[in-house]
Amino acid sequence: MTEMPLLSLTIFLPLLGALVILLIKEDENSVNNIKKVALWTSIGVFLLSLLIWLQFDNNNGSYQFEEKFRWFNDFNFYFHIGIDGISLFMVILSTFLTPLCILASWESIKKRVKEYMIAFLFLETVMIGMFASVDILLFYIFFEAVLIPMYLIIGIWGGERRIYASFKFFLYTLLGSVLMLIAIVVIYRLTDSMSIETLQGNYFTKNIQIYLWLAFFASFAVKIPMWPFHTWLPDAHVEAPTAGSVILAGVLLKMGGYGFIRFSLGMLPEASNYFSPLIMTLSIVAVVYTSLVALAQTDIKKLIAYSSVAHMGLVTIGIFLVNSQGLEGAMIQMISHGVVSGALFLCVGVIYDRMHTRDINFYGGLVNRMPIYATVFMIFMLGSVGLPGTSGFIGEFLVIVGAFQYSSIVVIGAATGIVLSAVYMLYLYKRIIFGVMTNEKLTEILDLDNREKIILIPLAIAVIFIGIFPNIFIEPMRLPIESIISNYESANAK
Amino acid sequence: MLNNLMHILFVPEVTLAILAVACLMYGLFSKNNSFNKATNFATLSLLFVTVLIFFDFSTKFALFDSFFSNTQFTKFFKILTTLGAAISLIISKNYFIDSKINKFEIPTLLLFSTLGMLIMISSKNLMIMYLAIELQSLSLYVVASIKRNSIESAESGVKYFILGALSSGILLYGFSLVYGFTGHTSFEGITNSLVEIDNLPIGLIFGLVFVLVGLAFKVSAVPFHMWTPDVYEGAPTSITAFFAIVPKLAAIALIFRFCLEPFGKFYFEWTQVIFFLSIASMFLGAIAAIAQKNLKRLLAYSSIGHVGYVLIALVSVSDQGLKSASIYMFIYLVMNIAVFSIILSLKKSDAYVEKISSLSGLSKSNPVISASLAIIMLSMAGIPPFIGFFGKLYVFIAAIESQLYILAVLGVLASVISAFYYLRIIKGMYFDESDDNQTFEFTISSESKVILSVLMILITFFILYPSLLIDAVSSISL
Repeated sequence: MTEMPLLSLTIFLPLLGALVILLIKEDENSVNNIKKVALWTSIGVFLLSLLIWLQFDNNNGSYQFEEKFRWFNDFNFYFHIGIDGISLFMVILSTFLTPLCILASWESIKKRVKEYMIAFLFLETVMIGMFASVDILLFYIFFEAVLIPMYLIIGIWGGERRIYASFKFFLYTLLGSVLMLIAIVVIYRLTDSMSIETLQGNYFTKNIQIYLWLAFFASFAVKIPMWPFHTWLPDAHVEAPTAGSVILAGVLLKMGGYGFIRFSLGMLPEASNYFSPLIMTLSIVAVVYTSLVALAQTDIKKLIAYSSVAHMGLVTIGIFLVNSQGLEGAMIQMISHGVVSGALFLCVGVIYDRMHTRDINFYGGLVNRMPIYATVFMIFMLGSVGLPGTSGFIGEFLVIVGAFQYSSIVVIGAATGIVLSAVYMLYLYKRIIFGVMTNEKLTEILDLDNREKIILIPLAIAVIFIGIFPNIFIEPMRLPIESIISNYESANAK
Repeated sequence: MLNNLMHILFVPEVTLAILAVACLMYGLFSKNNSFNKATNFATLSLLFVTVLIFFDFSTKFALFDSFFSNTQFTKFFKILTTLGAAISLIISKNYFIDSKINKFEIPTLLLFSTLGMLIMISSKNLMIMYLAIELQSLSLYVVASIKRNSIESAESGVKYFILGALSSGILLYGFSLVYGFTGHTSFEGITNSLVEIDNLPIGLIFGLVFVLVGLAFKVSAVPFHMWTPDVYEGAPTSITAFFAIVPKLAAIALIFRFCLEPFGKFYFEWTQVIFFLSIASMFLGAIAAIAQKNLKRLLAYSSIGHVGYVLIALVSVSDQGLKSASIYMFIYLVMNIAVFSIILSLKKSDAYVEKISSLSGLSKSNPVISASLAIIMLSMAGIPPFIGFFGKLYVFIAAIESQLYILAVLGVLASVISAFYYLRIIKGMYFDESDDNQTFEFTISSESKVILSVLMILITFFILYPSLLIDAVSSISL
């Protein structure tokens, strides 16, 4: 079994599915086949990624499942993929959310189903490939290729202002990532290597590190997004179709955090140390400010979008603490946010499909008509708030513990954000679910059907599972995180 | 003696000259269908010459030796030029017939113009260089205004002619200054006379700048680009395709050789000029294209932008720069042929599509064509995994290796701006709902269909095996 190129298979199976869909002619009868092919492909990919997890060796801190081929004859660019403890759960998060997204689009996507499914499967390939790349150029190619399907998903199947949102999304993130391309070429010129693995260390003088760090920062800060580079996110989230929002919040934002850990911390430790006060400041502003903004929203999706920015602020705090609690907390927070915010967007999608509005004031008293919905929504809402026993708690707790070693001001900022998150989430929940049903249009609203249950219940289980057994997730990433920390400390000790 | 004569006949330029005259005769004396026959003849001639160039029938004869250079670099660009000319004839044949400008003079003139370009690429002497430039330009002035009864076509021809003549004058004046200060017209003579000089005399700098201005006009680098959008828009689309695809290659090769060969030592002087031309072209190409409504004008500005990127490779003054420029021009050629083969076959209610807005709804009626066009646009914008990304990557590698960080950063920023208008075309096809019920018609000859499919495969799957192209240019040097 070990001889099988399991990782490549996981990466390229979705493309194969897309190819099959490409050959199906779209008409009344075949639409269901198209959806089924997409769904089963993505489920197959999920199972493959679980197989990778099963075979994953927690006591091996370096890359596993490696595959390496010469790619360019004149430069040391390789097709080099592999997985370590940091990328493992990012890959699984991507493969876990994609089938749910396809299922969530089953009824709500009515036009151009074929193109939609192809875009989603292409997106899945690109996401997995990005997290599994060990060659920086390969990473960059996947990192930018994400823009293509996402641009189309927002632009074709999005809401009213979809064109504005799609252009803003594309150009904003492109602007960030092209600077990374220059940094990558500079790294190659200085070291003659493109391998993320060999470049982990401290190979550049501090002066160069600072420029490189800024170039990487431009792309990751836009992607994650950090305040004040977050303005594309609410637009993109609000206009994207439900499944698009789920992937956007669930996986694409994590690309930024993943990049910070791999590139900024791993390759440029001195510059990371130099800039960590900047990151802390921006993150605290993000956590507090965007929480307050979220409180003022009347559009449910926009509220969750702003809450994403706040939660990602906690992630960047955790990453740039560079201690084991902080980094592990940031990783768990990313996984948890991927599941929780994805689930929240799906919950919004459920009522949006029924009522075609996302206005908070339109709803109220849904608990009377939709008890199951109210229950699962509550689990995700509490996960987002960070109630003990849910996944959100582990991440937030670890980040706060780690922050105490850094500075108590950061702790105060982060804790304020967590309190505020409870305020806006509970307030949202109260306005939508509780109260008396005053709107007559809501009286006929139906509770979750079977399809929606199949989508939401695994997510609810995941939220609680991560909250109760965090060690399963922390264990594989312990060794790579330790090596990043020791590298960081030895670089900054001199 | 006889053997030698046979050899001379198979020198690509000589062969092409003979074939061009033959094409003229063939068209003149065929009673009917002369356009068809002449076009087929011209296409075959070009392909034949490509083969000759490929198998290296070299020009190492006493007469030619000091006039022509034959290196890997010139060979690569010559193959691209003849192939590009042949393919652009194939893809535009239907358009010519359909819009009733099927005159046999067109393929003949294009053959002569291609001949001029081949000599341009190889020329090692200022006089030959000038004659070659004039040969290709004069032919192109005529074909730009070939649609006599159309005001736009005539206007574009006249504009092209006046500005082209002006630039030729400037070029010639530059040549005369260079000759006056060095006493030589051959590249080697100029190089030798400059060996012992450390600082260029002011007159020679003037000469150099005048020549660069003239050449910048030919490659349509900003601020000498004014003719490009008007000529692209006014000329019949099939001629525009030729303009966009072929002459750029020759002019770029020439500007590289002129800068690096006789004046290679004084790169400090001319890189300043090229540096500015490059930045101005990238940004003007990107920004001015945003406001365009006409597809051909947009492609004109897009080509101006692309020229800016190639010039980055020139500023880097290195072997890597030469390789990167060769790769970039190859990719430019591929993308432009692909996009024009689509534009030349796409009709909406009996008129060829020229407005961006009239693309709306294309993705519904012709999903394959619109997907292809979308891929080409993303590739032109330099978004991976498509081929255009690798062109930009190589140019930036060349820039960074020569420590041109500012140029590289400005280059990527311009590429973000230019992404906007490429995306606008995708938006037109996919996001906008068409409000009218006009249907699209895609009529394409089977030859162009094959070409388009091959190019689309190349554009999409280049990433799988990039070494194919990279090995081809690995040995390139001047």
